[in-house]
Amino acid sequence: MEVVKKIMTWARIKSPWILHFNTGACNACDIEIIAALTPRYDLERFGVQLKGTPRHADVLVCSGAVTRQIEDRLIRIYEQMPEPKFVVAVGTCACSGGVFDGCYNVMGGIKSVIPVSAFIPGCPASPKAIIDGVAKLLESLEEKNDTGRKS
Amino acid sequence: MREEEKFKIPIGPQHPALKEPENFSLALKGEKIMGVEIRLGYNHRGIEKAAEARTYVQDVYLLERVCGICSHAHSTCFVQAVEEIAGAQVPKRALYIRTLIAELERIHSHLLWLGVAGHEIGFDTLLMYTWRDREIVMDILALLTGNRVNYGINTLGGVRRDINKEEIETINNGVDILEERTKYYIEVATQETTIIKRLSGVGILSREDALELDAVGPTARASGVKRDIRHDDPYAAYAEIDFNVITDDHSDVYGRTVVRVKELMEAYKIVRQCLKDMPDGPITVKVPRKIPVGEAISRYEAPRGEDVHFVKSNGTEYPERVKVRAPTLANLRAVKHMLKDRFLADMPIVVAAIDPCFSCTDRLISVENNGSRDKQFLTWEALRNYSIEWHRDKGIDFTELNKNFRKRLGSI
Repeated sequence: MEVVKKIMTWARIKSPWILHFNTGACNACDIEIIAALTPRYDLERFGVQLKGTPRHADVLVCSGAVTRQIEDRLIRIYEQMPEPKFVVAVGTCACSGGVFDGCYNVMGGIKSVIPVSAFIPGCPASPKAIIDGVAKLLESLEEKNDTGRKS
Repeated sequence: MREEEKFKIPIGPQHPALKEPENFSLALKGEKIMGVEIRLGYNHRGIEKAAEARTYVQDVYLLERVCGICSHAHSTCFVQAVEEIAGAQVPKRALYIRTLIAELERIHSHLLWLGVAGHEIGFDTLLMYTWRDREIVMDILALLTGNRVNYGINTLGGVRRDINKEEIETINNGVDILEERTKYYIEVATQETTIIKRLSGVGILSREDALELDAVGPTARASGVKRDIRHDDPYAAYAEIDFNVITDDHSDVYGRTVVRVKELMEAYKIVRQCLKDMPDGPITVKVPRKIPVGEAISRYEAPRGEDVHFVKSNGTEYPERVKVRAPTLANLRAVKHMLKDRFLADMPIVVAAIDPCFSCTDRLISVENNGSRDKQFLTWEALRNYSIEWHRDKGIDFTELNKNFRKRLGSI
């Protein structure tokens, strides 16, 4: 079983598929996430690929403070993802609510709704910071190995 | 047609074709779209209310975050309105720097759009090409303002950063490279058979419809409506700048692509002029923290179309009301029209063709009756009639004026 576990961890680290979900962001973080995937920064060299459905994704990349409208949908998308799953909060709003903290329609950061594995601050988080955050997340997977933790 | 013959398909809030959380509910018959319902509000954060709780200076940065792509548009629009109320005379150099950043932002936004449009029609090579070239203008913006997006260069009464000679040289070099690349994109957009075949005749919006449905920006200009706030109601330094308003009469997604790539060339021209004609002098004047009582409307041609901000002040440090009308909201009615009786497969590109920005759009209007807590929602027609009556009570009759206005609209 050790061997199987090792292979699974290896596969998980070498090809993390991501799903990008805008939870109420201003688009700035979203375009920086896309910029990180395009030639200059090329996140794809780590095996990261953008997918269209939560059922194919290992990592949920969220940007923006969670609005009341999106809260239920975010939970639903999170539940549709297969285990083990990881959530990355990109941008200050996703980390803590940012400038929108305290607005009547904003719940706060992503962690007020679902568990988060990595926080990438910045307004907007630059592609370099996003790459750094993703690399750190992958590193942590290697260390933790496969403990089957939820987040 | 009977209701049961239609098949309803929901698209969004999370969908690969949409980059932002919105819901389109399409009624289909076979492959054809019979009806469209757009549900907004997933991105509603309550910015207008939040603006009332913050000072004017804080609001400049808050309103910049209405939208991350046209952030300079929103902050400039707000700043212009406040400066008008305060009666501040913004120095010329500051106006030129605002214009410069505005055009650089337009370049980045249009290149971004070109890539997204390519992606929506399955032409990912174009996405990778344009986004690679877009990094050049992002570098320039980062050099000038210190941030790639959400520049934070505006302040009440001017701008926060000056530009120097070396920076001007870097901008000129960058613009030269981009111009070369854009010539290639114009070639691709106008000669590549795949693009022409895929985009021609998709999302048709005739000139009459564009006027009727109040389309703005490149969407209207691609239908032959010559409407550009930079030209019609110049703000910042646009009055002194010589540029062409690009129009096209294809009236479809192809026309919108052509308008945007040609606007890129105009943007390079404006950037060069700004750098050449930029006067010396201070970059900011002092604006009091407390803005005198008054109200103002400010208009701005964002990359997506006309952006309108309304600011009402009550003599304190905090605005009494801030209202934002973003260009995408004006274009959504046109989208509904463009989707009808068209194929489902065209839906992503038709929606993408107006360059939608839903984070700009999600505003809320509700009217509360005095005393009672039930909310009242007015239809557009009722609101219009209400405004006509209200003005008539004050002794102003707009009926005649409206007729003339309609006539003038027809002659544009």
